[in-house]
Amino acid sequence: MELTGNIYGINGPIVYLKGNLGFKMSEMVLVGKQKLIGEVISLTKDTTTIQVFEETTGLKPGEEVISTGSAISVTLAPGIIGNIFDGIERPLKEVAKQSGAFISRGINVSSLDTQKLWDVHITVNIGDYIYGGTIIAEVPETSAIIHKSMVPPNVEGTVTKVASDGSYTINDPIVTITDNEGNEKVLTLTQKWPIRIPRPITKRYSSDRPLITGQRIIDTLFPIAKGGTAAIPGGFGTGKTMAQHQLAKWSDADIIVYIGCGERGNEMTEVLEDFSKLVDPKSGNLLLDRTTLIANTSNMPVAAREASIYTGITLAEYYRDMGYHVAIMADSTSRWAEALRELSGRLEEMPAEEGFPAYLASRLSAFYERAGFMRNLNGTEGSVSIIGAVSPQGGDFSEPVTQNTKRFVRCFWALDKSLAYARHFPAIQWLTSYSEYISDLGPWYSNNVGTDFVDCRNQLLSILTEESKLNEIVKLIGSDVLPDDQKLTLEIAKVIRLGFVQQNAYHPSDTYVPMEKQLKMMRVILYLYTKAKQLLALNMPMSLIREDAVFDKVISIKYDVANDELEKFDDYIKQIDEFYERFIKTNG
Amino acid sequence: MSVEYLGLSEINGPLVVLEGVQDASFEEIVEITVEGTKTKLGRIVEIYEGKAVIQVFEGTEEMSLKNTHTKLTGHPMEVALSEDILGRIFNGVGHPIDGLGNILAKETRNVNGEPLNPCSREYPRNYIKTGISTIDCLTTLIRGQKLPIFSGNGLPHDELAAQIVKQASLGDNSSEEFAIVFAAMGVKHDVAEFFRRTFEESGASSHVVMYLNLANDPVVERLITPKVALTAAEYLAFEKNMHVLVILTDMTSFAEAMREVSSSKGEIPSRKGYPGYLYSELATLYERAGIVKGSTGSVTQVPILTMPNDDITHPIPDLTGYITEGQIVLDRSLHQKAIYPPINVLPSLSRLMKDGIGEGYTREDHQDLANQLFSSYARVGEARALASVIGEDELSPIDKKYLQFGSSFENEFIAQGRNEDRGILDTLNKGWELLTILPREELDRVDTKILDKYYKIREIANSEKMMNDNESQ
Repeated sequence: MELTGNIYGINGPIVYLKGNLGFKMSEMVLVGKQKLIGEVISLTKDTTTIQVFEETTGLKPGEEVISTGSAISVTLAPGIIGNIFDGIERPLKEVAKQSGAFISRGINVSSLDTQKLWDVHITVNIGDYIYGGTIIAEVPETSAIIHKSMVPPNVEGTVTKVASDGSYTINDPIVTITDNEGNEKVLTLTQKWPIRIPRPITKRYSSDRPLITGQRIIDTLFPIAKGGTAAIPGGFGTGKTMAQHQLAKWSDADIIVYIGCGERGNEMTEVLEDFSKLVDPKSGNLLLDRTTLIANTSNMPVAAREASIYTGITLAEYYRDMGYHVAIMADSTSRWAEALRELSGRLEEMPAEEGFPAYLASRLSAFYERAGFMRNLNGTEGSVSIIGAVSPQGGDFSEPVTQNTKRFVRCFWALDKSLAYARHFPAIQWLTSYSEYISDLGPWYSNNVGTDFVDCRNQLLSILTEESKLNEIVKLIGSDVLPDDQKLTLEIAKVIRLGFVQQNAYHPSDTYVPMEKQLKMMRVILYLYTKAKQLLALNMPMSLIREDAVFDKVISIKYDVANDELEKFDDYIKQIDEFYERFIKTNG
Repeated sequence: MSVEYLGLSEINGPLVVLEGVQDASFEEIVEITVEGTKTKLGRIVEIYEGKAVIQVFEGTEEMSLKNTHTKLTGHPMEVALSEDILGRIFNGVGHPIDGLGNILAKETRNVNGEPLNPCSREYPRNYIKTGISTIDCLTTLIRGQKLPIFSGNGLPHDELAAQIVKQASLGDNSSEEFAIVFAAMGVKHDVAEFFRRTFEESGASSHVVMYLNLANDPVVERLITPKVALTAAEYLAFEKNMHVLVILTDMTSFAEAMREVSSSKGEIPSRKGYPGYLYSELATLYERAGIVKGSTGSVTQVPILTMPNDDITHPIPDLTGYITEGQIVLDRSLHQKAIYPPINVLPSLSRLMKDGIGEGYTREDHQDLANQLFSSYARVGEARALASVIGEDELSPIDKKYLQFGSSFENEFIAQGRNEDRGILDTLNKGWELLTILPREELDRVDTKILDKYYKIREIANSEKMMNDNESQ
């Protein structure tokens, strides 16, 4: 039944209706003559409040508002991967066809192409009893991804009719079932799901395997698990977006959902251009074939920005249900929090800290808790990992969004302004960052990379920590007065910083580094440390040791050893031995 | 047919409330006639059945609850456009103030603009040579970029902007048509005059459109000035295929005006009293830079903002930095040392430079050189801090080298004349020359091959010089 009401007042993206009209909370409504998309956000006896996902300029009091009966939801079917959507799943390429380069309002497009014929392979037979999550059809969506169409979570019954394998659109009937009450129900490749409700699962697993990103500081020092959550906070210019791009390009997830939430238009264009050219090193497919983009740039309507995060995670959960590992890049969650603040301000709600609404923390936790390594309804296993950028005001991590995010994520990659100023990238500050996954992932590293991996990692981190303590002293008295063993610590820390932690995203062999190479690099650095310590023990002066070219050679391993030439590492061990022998000989 | 409403029911700062109004729409423009003579423009910022809250652009002076006639125009704020706007001067809401009469409009456009679809954007890749070493080498300006200048009161940001405008040649295709759109928000008379004179002297006046809202003009008008200017810029770029450089000064006044209006509306403030939507509002301006697929024109923005109390973490520079594609930061202590342009390179950044430089654009070594200069200059800061504690004499030899590099970098690379137009190759060579002050092992940001090729520059220069000296002996 269609309910209608009339606009009483307009204040920015918020529209008020008078009276109790029977609208439901979170229901999608069509506002005004142009049928702008809106959502019911509050109901009282005399007022219905709606947030509108499009510009409200030109709207008049008295215009009609129509209910749709369903909550704001996304369309889930083949055609999502490789596509670019706005915050409420409108395909931007289609929008461009209809309205030109600039996005006009009230455009009526369906989220996914309803004309396109997909190659469908049916995976159920007549007489099968199927329930929520059962895979009923497989469709090659891109060269990288097989799309598995499933029974919607709340539906079950016995199959009475199936179509034969062939070409179908997303709205063609594929399977017909009779449910327990005897009602017939037709299933297509499409299902809808409300964005604010997590898709159901059977069981949550603990996180025991890493999401490999090829970025040394992340994989080695502060790893994230598949199904884990991480935050990248940093002031402007510290490289949040760059880090997100690197992760989206190289992490070993099956599917990437990239949410550009209130960020720059040119950045989304860059991702779109880059990803349609770059090739995934593991599968050989285009990166765009495993990526879906949600672009709600900073100049697009603020309410849709608020929704974009939920749209993104719902798409991710849908692919997780098929048994894929999905990683979400949300850039940036601060813009989303600011959208909440803006809407809250328009609603004249009582503000908490810095004008943010009091429900900021609960919204953030609800979002991050949708991540996880799950057993799905159909028995498959999949994960959703969330990596959220945070843009703290003034680069100050004590502000509410960073602080509240910190409570709900288990990985914290703090970007540092002074590292960024010195163009040390990724500018993740090792002293303030942390990962709670390191102990969970220890066994995986021992079994799959090397038994000494975690130990090497801890040694590296403790050298870096030691360096920062020594630097405090150096700042006061200069480095010349330090004893030799501390000078060596500084020298090795420098090797670690320049040769290991710092990584060049534009260098072909440094932009992605496999785990094995990461371990070998650590071993060489630590071997050099051990040998140099032995020389010191023989009373060799540090001033001479430091002069040796071997330090610079180890630093440039990252450039000089390509990812497929790992045998070269033996040479480095040999060179360090030679350096040791040479030293003993000339100075002994 | 249009109805006129007599009187108002409330006046509060720049806002007035009109009751009994019918068929008005959100963000519609109204004309208010005061005492039958003076006409002011206003915009509906909040509307309820029979009641509209109107923001008056030209100030509410002389208005009473009885002496006004208000007329609805039936459309949002629009501006008349044609190619004839080039060479003209307008006030903050787009009315000519140069006495040359009205514009014969070919088109009128809604000044609010519409968001540009990311799919229809073209990623900017062509660099604009400004002839200023620090900008060309370290924070390269790209056509279609938005690169603000973060400055403070008393710093030479106007001179720098003027120099960029004068020297900005548009690469190889400089025969293409270009235009400059200048929008002043709450700037001093002298500043506007300085820009007008500069444009005249450089012979560019006929390519310039000026929108002036000066310091003594109505505050609320400032809120619309940049929108009018950007609408004109979009028209020239995407309709007339021109390369448009937009100078917006001073964004701080724009934000101040927003705060003023927001507080009279009784809105809940967020940080430092600015409204929660400051970010969205700034973004709708800055995001109007770019290149549209299928059009040969572009909009490049150089907004100028003065950081209150030189504080880069103040909400205005802070939010701006999150939206724009980098920033050029001016520094008071460099200015005090009489270095012009006083660009503090460390916090300065151009996010788009990585794709617009290097082989085929500038030179292969550009990115590495820039990284190394940044990194070495950051080290200079550490050496200076140490020197201030333990004295320069106690520094290690390498730290002393860094001090030497630091002062040469500031005096030879950053500093240049107000009319000096340095070529890009000169700039890059200069950079290498300075890096040779440091031993080769210190240059850890440069690929070994590039280092082999370029690190020798000074040695070659020296040996050539020595050879010449020998010959002359």
